[in-house]
Amino acid sequence: MGIYQEYKEKLPLSLFEEVKEKTKGMPASKAKKVLARVYKAYLNAKVEAGESVGLVAAESLGEPGTQMTLNTFHFAGVAEMNVTVGLPRIIEILDGRKEIKTPMMEIYLKNPYSKGKDIKRLALSIKETTLKDVITEVSANIAEKKIEVKFNKENMKEIGITSSHVISACGKAFKGISIKKTDDGMLIKIKGGEDKINEVYKIKERIKEVYIKGVKGIKQILPVKRGDEFIIITAGSNLNEVLGLKEVDETRTVSNDIYEIANVLGVEAARQAVINEVNKIIEAQGLNVDMRHIMLIADTMCFSGNIKGITRYGVVSEKASVLARASFETPIRHIINASLVGEVDKLSSIVENVMLNQPVPVGTGLPGLVVKVRK
Amino acid sequence: MSEVYLNGKFVGEVDEPLVFVEQFKSERRKGNLSENANIFYNDRSNDIMVESGKGRARRPLIVVKDGIPLLTEKHISQLEKGEISWSDIIQQGVIEFLDAAEEENALIAFTEKELRSEHTHIEISPLTMFGLATSLIPYANHSPAARMNIGGKNQKQALGFYVSNFLTRMDMDVNLLHTPQVPLVRTTMHDIYSDEKHPAGQNMVVAVMSYEGYNMEDAIIINKSSIERGMGRSSYYRPSIAEELRYSGGLVDEISIPDKDVKGYKSEHDYRHLEKDGVIYSEAVVGEGDVVIGKTSPPRFLSSLDEYNLAAATRRESSVSLAHGEKGVIDFVLITENEEGNKLVQVRIRDQRIPEVGDKFTSRHGQKGVVGLIVPETDMPFTASGIIPDLIFSPHGVPSRMTISHMIELIGGKVSGLAGRYIDGTTFHSEPEEDLRKELLSLGFRENGVETVYNGQTGEQYKAKIYVGNMYYLKLKHMVANKLHARARGPIQLLTRQPTEGRAKEGGLRLGEMEKDTFVAHGASLLLKERFDSDRTIVPVCEKCGLIAIYDEHKNKSYCPICGDVEITNVEVSYAFKLMLDEFKSLCVYPSLKLKNKY
Repeated sequence: MGIYQEYKEKLPLSLFEEVKEKTKGMPASKAKKVLARVYKAYLNAKVEAGESVGLVAAESLGEPGTQMTLNTFHFAGVAEMNVTVGLPRIIEILDGRKEIKTPMMEIYLKNPYSKGKDIKRLALSIKETTLKDVITEVSANIAEKKIEVKFNKENMKEIGITSSHVISACGKAFKGISIKKTDDGMLIKIKGGEDKINEVYKIKERIKEVYIKGVKGIKQILPVKRGDEFIIITAGSNLNEVLGLKEVDETRTVSNDIYEIANVLGVEAARQAVINEVNKIIEAQGLNVDMRHIMLIADTMCFSGNIKGITRYGVVSEKASVLARASFETPIRHIINASLVGEVDKLSSIVENVMLNQPVPVGTGLPGLVVKVRK
Repeated sequence: MSEVYLNGKFVGEVDEPLVFVEQFKSERRKGNLSENANIFYNDRSNDIMVESGKGRARRPLIVVKDGIPLLTEKHISQLEKGEISWSDIIQQGVIEFLDAAEEENALIAFTEKELRSEHTHIEISPLTMFGLATSLIPYANHSPAARMNIGGKNQKQALGFYVSNFLTRMDMDVNLLHTPQVPLVRTTMHDIYSDEKHPAGQNMVVAVMSYEGYNMEDAIIINKSSIERGMGRSSYYRPSIAEELRYSGGLVDEISIPDKDVKGYKSEHDYRHLEKDGVIYSEAVVGEGDVVIGKTSPPRFLSSLDEYNLAAATRRESSVSLAHGEKGVIDFVLITENEEGNKLVQVRIRDQRIPEVGDKFTSRHGQKGVVGLIVPETDMPFTASGIIPDLIFSPHGVPSRMTISHMIELIGGKVSGLAGRYIDGTTFHSEPEEDLRKELLSLGFRENGVETVYNGQTGEQYKAKIYVGNMYYLKLKHMVANKLHARARGPIQLLTRQPTEGRAKEGGLRLGEMEKDTFVAHGASLLLKERFDSDRTIVPVCEKCGLIAIYDEHKNKSYCPICGDVEITNVEVSYAFKLMLDEFKSLCVYPSLKLKNKY
């Protein structure tokens, strides 16, 4: 036990435990050698003080980015289930966009369902159903201010809803109408006088979008088998509601919408999501970027508690130095705003010092030497 | 009913569009309608467009009737004898020009072999689908189209014999190849554009092999003795022009040797070549900075006060001299008058350009390369029969680019040289490669063109057989002598005090934003500072108001224009930063510098 004690403080706990596990049953002298080498390797992997980690991270991600522009496959998948990949996706993530192009979820299921039980019904119940999915025809009668809707019974049966269900959903959605059930659909009558004729048209169009069943925002569903379990891939994302479903394994279900993750699960989860999403894209392109660069970028985006994109509105606007902010897009705005409040630039970062032609405070420019003058 | 449009304007309707179109065409072929008119029936919109205007790209095709071309052997023999001409067969309706629209209605056969009864036209030659430069590439049907485009483009940059009256011309930027040759492997187009009158390349013995690694990445190796025999040698001509301009107030430029009291007088040495009239003499050897035409101009901005000022009345030096890095020999001096009646002096400078490392050469197949090494003949590899190549081409340039035509030309050139006849390499109907191989065999060489080659330095036989043959190579106008550039110190810009940009201005090579980032990434802070020191300045800063103060050299004292005699500290910053502060001030933003000792 004695040999381990020395390194317990020196090595990070997880690494220490791993080495301890692996060297179990080894002769003490051999284990000691292993520990010494692990410690040496650990020291080598450490970043030295004054290393410009941010710039190296930017270069490490920017260089493969230039190669990605040459690869023109920016979308993957079939027409309905399109996923943004490649450079546009990376830009989307790093810009911290609120509205992403193709929101997507991977829904993992709890045991009986993950084995395929009720998978189709479950998937359909998650999918957002609007009126237009369960009807065949909508026709308006202006003179009588009536709208006639014909149901698609087959679709309704498949989704598992009845016509009365649909009628009540429609009834809740609009004010000033009355709905009557007919043989193959429903008849909507708009209450009021002649002035309501315009309403007929409006309602005729809007009624198609009336929410009937499922999870809002889930546009498409695709149950697939991954490994030996079934999961549901969706186009459109609604983490909040999906995680609430009792069949869903909330520990593994993910969305690719980082903003949504931040809102539902908090910023730490969002940080991990940034890392995972960027890594996913980079790996898909067959490129190789050290994890720590991506982690640093994710940290930069998330450390304020909210997601900040790497844009002039995001992390750049948080920079302490006026000159640094001004050197990155819209300089005049920054200078004028700085002059209004009398901002002071401490010249403590790189860009400002390059501008003034002073040694930049990284690497060899970081340490200062003080000479003690003997009197 | 179809609508008919003449040059885009509606003119009427016809009941039977197809009949109308056929009738139109037959009348045109008979000569009752202008052969410049083209007709197009659009069956989707059911209307007929007749075009007769300018600017349509049209091409000639042989008319086909019932699967038989109208052009007969008789026509050809008559053409050969000169009994009829091109315009005669057009008038006969044997050949007609189609524009892009009428082509849509035509079915054009590529060769006679595939001709069927539905065809309306047949190509005169498949060569007509290429442009001039592309048709000059032999065996082009064996290589990718993209390469042939590059090959065509390259030929436009080749040095040759562009006009025969070059001695009397004053063209800008002219290159002349000294001993141009006609290609041994030719296409029909060479005859059509009479290349023997203006050839643009030379036939060289090429070996496809590597040599000491100096032909990596498309480089080529050249035999030094071949260069000494005149291969690839060219002359570069450039005129210098000076004009005696007239200014307001009766003031005039004067072409003469400038007086010593002229403003901006260079040095006696710079004017040494000038004759009494201020113009250089022919065959003078000139170098950088030498004055070619001496000229003085009247002083600028003459105000009424300055008229009495002796210093201001001196004339300005405005001579024409050779720019940085230029050299040459004065070829021709021309003294004349221009349209305005001003005296005009033109001096043509000639510079011999001997191939050197970095000059660009290419074959006709988009296989360009720069000279990587010039090897003495004694060190060049040689074949068993004693042939020493002029040029060594790297085999790595071929597989990825798939320029098979390049390889066939090599064998074609070899046969041509040995048999003493030209080889026809016209695209699509060239002499077949198999025939070339057979002939090569009958001439006593290996059928596939390879030869036993010996190392020129050790005399050892190479294990591999080397592909050696003859090829037409072109010297391209991109020569290092015009491009080589480096700088340590030099001119700076007036505004920013940073180095000037570009070779012509002896400029610096910019260390850009991303290059800067690499310095930062390495933590090479002080190296970065040193790199960016080019516009370093020391400015006096007022400690009280933080603005830039004034240094009075007379009193050797600094003072602040606002605060007066207060504490002033000298600070080292980049001049660009000082400029930025000035710009802030112009925006009514007060940039106050708060100084603190760093150490």
